[in-house]
Amino acid sequence: MIILIIYVAIFAASFFVVRLGVRKFRQMNDFTSLKTVTFGDESAVRPDRWASVISVVTIFLIWGAFTGSKWVPIHAPGPFIGDTEFTYTLEGPDGTRDDATVTVRVFTVGETVEEPVIEPGEGIAKNDVLTVGAWRSQLLLMDKNDEVTRDQGAKVIAIDGKPVSAGQTVAVADGTVAVTAKGSLNFAPAKGMQMEPIWLPAPEAVVSRLIEVSKQGYQNFTLLEHLYWSLFRVIVGFALGALVGIPLGYAMGLSDWFRGWFDPIVEFMRPVPPLALIPLVIIWAGIGESGKIILLFLAALWIMTISARAGVSGVAISKVHAAYSLGASKWQLMRHVIVPNSLPEIFTGARVAMGVCWGTVVAAELVAAEKGAGMMIMVASRFQLTDIVLMGIILIGIIGYGIDILMRKAENWLVPWKGRV
Amino acid sequence: MSTLSIDNISMRFDLPNGSHVQALKNVSLEIKTGELMSVLGPSGCGKTTLLNILAGFLAPTEGQITLNGHRVTGPDAERGMVFQQGALFEWMSVRDNVSFGPRMAGKREKEWAGTVDHLLEVVGLRDFKEKAVYELSGGMQQRVALARCLANDPDVILMDEPLGALDALTREKMQGLVLKLWKETGKTIILITHSVEEALLLGERLLVMAPRPGRVHKEYRLPFAELGAGRDLREVKKVPDFAAKREEILTMIWDMEEEIMGRAEEAGA
Repeated sequence: MIILIIYVAIFAASFFVVRLGVRKFRQMNDFTSLKTVTFGDESAVRPDRWASVISVVTIFLIWGAFTGSKWVPIHAPGPFIGDTEFTYTLEGPDGTRDDATVTVRVFTVGETVEEPVIEPGEGIAKNDVLTVGAWRSQLLLMDKNDEVTRDQGAKVIAIDGKPVSAGQTVAVADGTVAVTAKGSLNFAPAKGMQMEPIWLPAPEAVVSRLIEVSKQGYQNFTLLEHLYWSLFRVIVGFALGALVGIPLGYAMGLSDWFRGWFDPIVEFMRPVPPLALIPLVIIWAGIGESGKIILLFLAALWIMTISARAGVSGVAISKVHAAYSLGASKWQLMRHVIVPNSLPEIFTGARVAMGVCWGTVVAAELVAAEKGAGMMIMVASRFQLTDIVLMGIILIGIIGYGIDILMRKAENWLVPWKGRV
Repeated sequence: MSTLSIDNISMRFDLPNGSHVQALKNVSLEIKTGELMSVLGPSGCGKTTLLNILAGFLAPTEGQITLNGHRVTGPDAERGMVFQQGALFEWMSVRDNVSFGPRMAGKREKEWAGTVDHLLEVVGLRDFKEKAVYELSGGMQQRVALARCLANDPDVILMDEPLGALDALTREKMQGLVLKLWKETGKTIILITHSVEEALLLGERLLVMAPRPGRVHKEYRLPFAELGAGRDLREVKKVPDFAAKREEILTMIWDMEEEIMGRAEEAGA
């Protein structure tokens, strides 16, 4: 909640800073910036690059600030680390009361800790020592060293002078103390506002894990192998899907019989998400490569079929007539008119299909795989290696984005007339 | 002397609601080689249907078309077509568009290169031959379409409102170009248009068609095409007979339109 408020505040504040500050110096004078009607004119809405940069920086800032990153100068209050103490008041069965001090040392989990040395003190209640990791809590059997124990009828009646009974929690310096149902004490140091690394590791932890995994590999395969296998499956599955889907789409666009025969199949299979096919494909083909490639083939097939069919129906009839009047045969019409004319549609379909395939391969690997980006995430999450999970997600995102950029570049190169006819 | 003969063509097709449309009824014409015929008529008179039948895209329900003694059954390179919107192939350069016909016929580049370059020169696109067609203006695209049609050396050229989408100035220039090409090549041209002026300027013969059912209403033989070849077309428009003919035909078409409206009102009432 606090994070959301901070995010919105940065969003609004940077908007005003950029509007009032930067715009003064960078007056643009191209055609669009001279438009007065921009609200409602979609073409006049251009992404503000300042906003994009600030947006990305903000995400990293908040991520770093709430994970105690060394890369970020400002931090949200972290968990309490160090020594603190609280006192408890023990009442014996005979009504005598005595105070004892508990010295608590809170340490960073994973580091070695030494117990603080203390004097036992006077009275029926003796002073205690407790060590507890940050974000954890620790049960204190305070009466172990006391002269009267709970078995003998002693009980804690106050903490830091505040009266308590079983089941209650009181705040003390740097933490809280809860009295359990059995009368012992449970100390939880203050957590602060940062995230525990097991929930969200700091950015540098993800980067160092990336370096480590790329050097040493993970689960018997190097990082590149994991990514390579995921990409390989996508490319083979997509290529097979396109290889079958495009001719099928053409046939459906050119022949009554094919259209009638395959229409029910395509229309039925299209809304079935490929993820729903995973169990069936595993039953049929196992969890090996063939199963995944079959799945991706099916994911790409219907999209490519439909886009090729749409490509054929998108050919202006006058172009077909023109080609026939110029003496083209059916085959020549196909080769020189229908195929090139349907390329823009096919590229749009290919971009969608690649996106779907990439998502599907990760999901399929999450279910079962020996290697691959999705499998890496899945195994890491079982061991609560959140940094590897995050690293995997970021890499998957980058590769997916990269694939789309490559497809767009290919499209611009191969079908330069798209959208200009 | 080879001719294109339209022999008692009728076109009638059923609609999904059970009624039918009589697009053409008993149309007969004889067009000699080298004739330039323009076709006018109110909308719905079947002129585009007639052109599609001549091109071979539609089969008539009755009658037949013969060209040079053989029957027309489908589209063929002997009958070229120029469409309202160029119908050019965007994935090809200007030169590849123009040479499409010869290339499809399996001719080698050296066989067609001369003709294609000459045609590009004639239509004034010599400097644009390697350009992509989507980079050209509407008028230039239409000139590419003309050149593409001529490069295939058809016996008959069918034009379906080829200048309809152009602005007035470009249109006038293109009318001159059509006349010039007609004179130079001696092709048989059938041109459909909505513009009475264009029909008069470009029609050695002018056919006025009437709707419901589509049929030939009246035919003229005009001197203006011959007169206008190689001359400023604005001069031709100043000829007194031109204005008289224009008024006559305009009135004729107006009356037809009025009659359609009247019939529609009757049906409504």
